[in-house]
Amino acid sequence: MSRLFVLGDSAANADIRPAGDPDQEAASLRRAVGEAIRQLEEVSATVAADAQDILEFQVAMLGDDALTEGAFAAIAGGERADAAWRTALDAQVEDYANAGDEYFRARAADLEDLRDRVSDILSGGQQQSVPAGTVLVARDLPPSRFLGIDWQAGSAIALAGGSPTSHVALLARARGVPMVVGLGADVMRVPSGQEAMIDGERGTLVVAPDEATRAAARSRATEIDQRRAIAAKFQNAPATLPSGEAVAIMINTAGPDELSLLDPAICDGIGLVRSEFLFHGATLPDEETQYQAYCRILDWAGRRPVTIRTLDAGGDKPVRGLTIDDEVNPFLGTRGIRLSLLKPEVFRVQLRALCRAAVRGNLKIMLPMVATPRDLAHGRAHLGAVVSDLAARKVPSAAPQLGIMVEVPAAAIAIDRFDADFYSIGSNDLTQYVMAAARDIASLADYADAADPAVLSLIARTVEHGKRTGREVSLCGDAASEPAIVPHLLRAGLRSLSVSASAVGLVKAAIAGALDR
Amino acid sequence: MNNGTVTETAATGAILIEHEVGLHARPSVKLTKLAKTFISKIELGLSEDGPWIDAKSIVKVMAFKAAKGSTLHFRADGGDATQAVAALVDLVRRDFDESHGGG
Repeated sequence: MSRLFVLGDSAANADIRPAGDPDQEAASLRRAVGEAIRQLEEVSATVAADAQDILEFQVAMLGDDALTEGAFAAIAGGERADAAWRTALDAQVEDYANAGDEYFRARAADLEDLRDRVSDILSGGQQQSVPAGTVLVARDLPPSRFLGIDWQAGSAIALAGGSPTSHVALLARARGVPMVVGLGADVMRVPSGQEAMIDGERGTLVVAPDEATRAAARSRATEIDQRRAIAAKFQNAPATLPSGEAVAIMINTAGPDELSLLDPAICDGIGLVRSEFLFHGATLPDEETQYQAYCRILDWAGRRPVTIRTLDAGGDKPVRGLTIDDEVNPFLGTRGIRLSLLKPEVFRVQLRALCRAAVRGNLKIMLPMVATPRDLAHGRAHLGAVVSDLAARKVPSAAPQLGIMVEVPAAAIAIDRFDADFYSIGSNDLTQYVMAAARDIASLADYADAADPAVLSLIARTVEHGKRTGREVSLCGDAASEPAIVPHLLRAGLRSLSVSASAVGLVKAAIAGALDR
Repeated sequence: MNNGTVTETAATGAILIEHEVGLHARPSVKLTKLAKTFISKIELGLSEDGPWIDAKSIVKVMAFKAAKGSTLHFRADGGDATQAVAALVDLVRRDFDESHGGG
């Protein structure tokens, strides 16, 4: 629990002295701008790269004559430096505040930050100093102010205005400072000194919480600590059910960079490599780039299996120059294998890189968004052509197993029509397609329940078919990373889950029944 | 310019901006910094016919609010005009040397 601190608006106490000689006023403004640049550069030397970018932008703005020329013109006309400066900057702030694009609207805060910093220097005023470890309430928080405050444990930020895309939101996220925005002007009337806490789940500020609310917050914090301790205990052990039966725990990954921080011993392999990480650059990745990346992943995994999903672009994952823009409903559009079959020249480059990397470890290929046996057959034909071409050219390569994602209801319902080497259930998409609720619409989040009986029955059906025909069935959606849903998945028969690396310990604990009360 | 011996060149170029969020703070800082390394007068527009703004001014470039998918037109006038336009077009083509996450 921390105390509330309300940060008043800066420089509201504009001085009322008459304007001095225009030359003196101009010189004061020049000095103040120079001092502001010096201060920002000083802060910049002590902060991380993300914050430096923001401060560098502010310094560049301050150093540009176009920012100050309006103020100097007003001073020449007899205006006081401070008033001239604020009027000039207010116009800029206004311009950004009215921008159509949210990113540009959020830049108004940067301009206000500059306006107030220079203004404070001009008036010789000191900035209100913020005690460490407080719940700070402000209209908005300029990034340079954020960087000057000691955000020790228990600190939080509650803003009357603000935006989740502001520079300060970025900084707060990176430093783990809880923040809520858009609380409205009334929040500024809350008196400083009261105890307060932020409810991150509801996005609210709780002032003077009653004993029950505090107790709930305390027990939530304790629960989080306990879970962390349990997770740490289970992290490196193999996952087993209370009966002793083993469950394979794989991890999902978006590329070799994040793997380098992980110990492969925590998992039984990689159940999903999202190869989209290769496709975020300005140009499509060539075969060599892909090959090198796949090799790094295989080297990390050692002898453990690594399932690499071919490019799953489209839907909510556009890739420029590749996916089709302006589809009315991209989740039902040209995505996954549909796009790959439409662009065989891109698909085959990936398959070549995969087959070459396959000699390096235990690599499997998985096709996303397969809806008909034809999708799989065409995918297999491309793979076959690539394998024989590489063999004919005597390029070291191997023919990996070819599996499918089971995420389109058509595949789950008629799973026996799909002659794949293995199946991996993509529970995120399977759920959104079964429930007909797009997963990027926040207000429909209640429908996104992978434990819905309709979804679970399709999972069970797929597991059943896998058992009958001797094919491996795994699940790689977010549901596997949620300890509360894991028991449902186990009851549906799954014995292989691919989870986010950060969830490994808790999922293993849930499997062992250690989270039950 | 006034003695007629200075070699004067003019150059133009255009490039589609594909940076994920348009010509925003970091890209604008990079663009104006690069522009300032040339002596030529360099201007930026969203169409061949302007309006044109000073590509060396971060305040003006930001105020331009160029979104992703706009085509940036450069025109330069001066001794190093050709190099200037080529360098700026190349910076935009390289997506301002930024790789963005997401996925």
